Amino acid sequence: MKYISEFREKNLVNRLSGRIAKVASKIKREIRLMEVCGTHAMAILRYGIKELLPPWIKLISGPGCPVCVTPNQYIDEACTYAKEGFLVTTFGDMMRVPGSRSSLVQEKAKGGKIKVVYSTMEALEIAELHPQEKVVFLGVGFETTAPTVATSLILAKKKKITNYMILSGHKLIPPAMEALLEEGEVKIDGFLCPGHVSAITGSQVYDFIARKFGVPCVVAGFEPVDILQGIYLLLCQIAKSEAKVENEYDRVVKPEGNLKARSLMEEVFRVEPSIWRGMGVIDKSGLEIRKEYSQHDVRARYPVKVTSSNNKKGCRCGEILKGVIEPPDCPLFGDVCNPSRPLGPCMVSIEGTCNIYYRFSSKVKI
Amino acid sequence: MCLAIPVKLTKIEGEIGWVEMGGVKRKINLFLLSDVKVGDYVLLHAGFAISKVEEKEAEELLNLLSQMDANP
Amino acid sequence: MKDVIRLAHGNGGKLSWQLIKEIFLPILSNPHLAPLRDSAIVEVEGKKIAFTTDSYVVKPIFFPGGDIGKLAISGTVNDLTVMGAKPLFISCGLIIEEGFPIPTLKRVITSLQETAKNVGVTVVTGDTKVVEKGSADEIFINTSGIGIVLPEANLDPERIKVGDHILINGSIGEHAIAVLSQRQELGFEVPAKSDCAPLFDLINEVRSFLTCIKFMRDATRGGVAGVLNEIVQGEDFGIELWEDEIPVREETFAVCELLGLDPLYLANEGKILIFVEKERSLDLLSHLHHHPLGKDTRIIGEVVSEPRGKVYLETTIGTKRILDLLVEDQLPRIC
Repeated sequence: MKYISEFREKNLVNRLSGRIAKVASKIKREIRLMEVCGTHAMAILRYGIKELLPPWIKLISGPGCPVCVTPNQYIDEACTYAKEGFLVTTFGDMMRVPGSRSSLVQEKAKGGKIKVVYSTMEALEIAELHPQEKVVFLGVGFETTAPTVATSLILAKKKKITNYMILSGHKLIPPAMEALLEEGEVKIDGFLCPGHVSAITGSQVYDFIARKFGVPCVVAGFEPVDILQGIYLLLCQIAKSEAKVENEYDRVVKPEGNLKARSLMEEVFRVEPSIWRGMGVIDKSGLEIRKEYSQHDVRARYPVKVTSSNNKKGCRCGEILKGVIEPPDCPLFGDVCNPSRPLGPCMVSIEGTCNIYYRFSSKVKI
Repeated sequence: MCLAIPVKLTKIEGEIGWVEMGGVKRKINLFLLSDVKVGDYVLLHAGFAISKVEEKEAEELLNLLSQMDANP
Repeated sequence: MKDVIRLAHGNGGKLSWQLIKEIFLPILSNPHLAPLRDSAIVEVEGKKIAFTTDSYVVKPIFFPGGDIGKLAISGTVNDLTVMGAKPLFISCGLIIEEGFPIPTLKRVITSLQETAKNVGVTVVTGDTKVVEKGSADEIFINTSGIGIVLPEANLDPERIKVGDHILINGSIGEHAIAVLSQRQELGFEVPAKSDCAPLFDLINEVRSFLTCIKFMRDATRGGVAGVLNEIVQGEDFGIELWEDEIPVREETFAVCELLGLDPLYLANEGKILIFVEKERSLDLLSHLHHHPLGKDTRIIGEVVSEPRGKVYLETTIGTKRILDLLVEDQLPRIC
């Protein structure tokens, strides 16, 4: 078994569609299921999953794109470091996100030393090979990515690669889910929980959502069969007025998650409040670098001052990120704001709700 | 960026592993996993193995689903 | 449009088209250029001549399955071939970076000549410029080509009708993956080979079908999805592709999964998309199968009446979704 095509089998998809239709017919009201992972949003649209669901079952996107929820301030800091001659290393999806005045791709065009890498290990290697460079890695991402950054910091400290630093922008998903429910601005009947974040955190982290808010949670993988089974399990709970955490993705996710990864994160990072674009400050939702690793914290060693401004006028990324509106509800969507001329991060990032919607949805008005 | 792919471990050298998928070979970091052996499938994300992929659970799910009524 | 050229302006996607439509066409406007086909068709004393030009900036210059020299001939030959022309003469302009090793130059030109000889074209004129170190990356090649349009050929996007089938002569994404595999920073070992090849012999093999072939394009930058989107834009028909029918090799699939790439947007250098009358498609298919460069030909989709102006994909799980033009580059410097 290779774990990919088996979970894309048309025949299993058809069976699941049938089961979903049957359980949905017992629920006679609009149901809104939220996914909080850009990779889920992409898979849902890439495979046309919405087509398989009855019209009263809605899938909405939440703040699951780490690049999209990163505030302007972070981009402004990154651009400033680039301007000041640091060698900025980053995952590709950060390159085009607009800050208050500039973006990394623009800084690169102006001569900034900016390199796209696929792994923190590459960034660390660059720092090791070029001791004269001040190398900064842009630590953006949720719990899936944070352990890989933590590892690079532990190795940097061990090998005394003092020119390797992190600009930490990591955020945690469960607090954002809680914030959405506390705010109550958007009705959420169930969460499709992110499979790969959960591989690290474990499925138990969502227990409080079910307990405190009575909202069903199912941890799901990313193949069409996983997503449909996840939706099916959520609908079954809703039909029985239950609220618990179930794990569809148990071939990867354990209740306690990846304990080693979690302990590495604990060693390197401390949990702090964090600003989420569109949602403001969320308590205990961000990761900052601990004092013991401050030599590798670029903010501690080379603080920069930035003055950041808000989003472009009319941009409603904030509401998109909370699932309050869908991309076509934003007046700028399509004509004014599209992947060729993105105004907000939801359109810039390849995992942004607006970008995905534009690329994959047939309802786009041109 | 939660893109992660199941790949097969073909060689282990300390904390570095070699994985294979469809003929493509890649070196990855095993720092985040403690209990893996050659032949295991792991989930690859940003150059790291972040989890094992358990065959037993995968097969159980597929069996469960294929036994579902096609027309309930 | 902002005021500087970005890498994405050269990738064959939306920004490339914006550049053409907003800068080049208005300034250069003339009826030969306007159709914006792979080659221009000009008439000289009653004979239809196809004329094309292309520049090659691939990095690295040597890759599994080819090199910049082989590419420079194949690409231009294919641009002529898809217009139904027999490629005849090529020009070759070189821009070489100071410090480029002469034995390497010889290797490139030898490969260029071998490719030309194999497909029966002659390099009849050329030019060489050398620029200071840092002003070019090793070597850039421009080739222009002319060919005579075959009398049977009547290739025109106006001839495309609802119901026509779309064929491709083999698996996709290989050139992009082969080039990518050479870019060290990925740490990949991929048994990938570029599909870089001149395709005139393949099309000549099915010359008798040229009357029922409506249109052809080679699926280079922008990939199959990019090229098909260009074809349907503004038209009163659409295209439906069948994901299960699109041939993708195992290693291409693996690399795409690993990197989050979509093979439908990856460049090919030895693949032609053929629009043919539905009634003749199976026959054409079996004829193409007889040629080594066509042995994996598949019928991958059809022209549909709705939705117009768009390309749709019937996914492997049976649902339908749009396949839009890509904006930003998946991979720069691929051709």
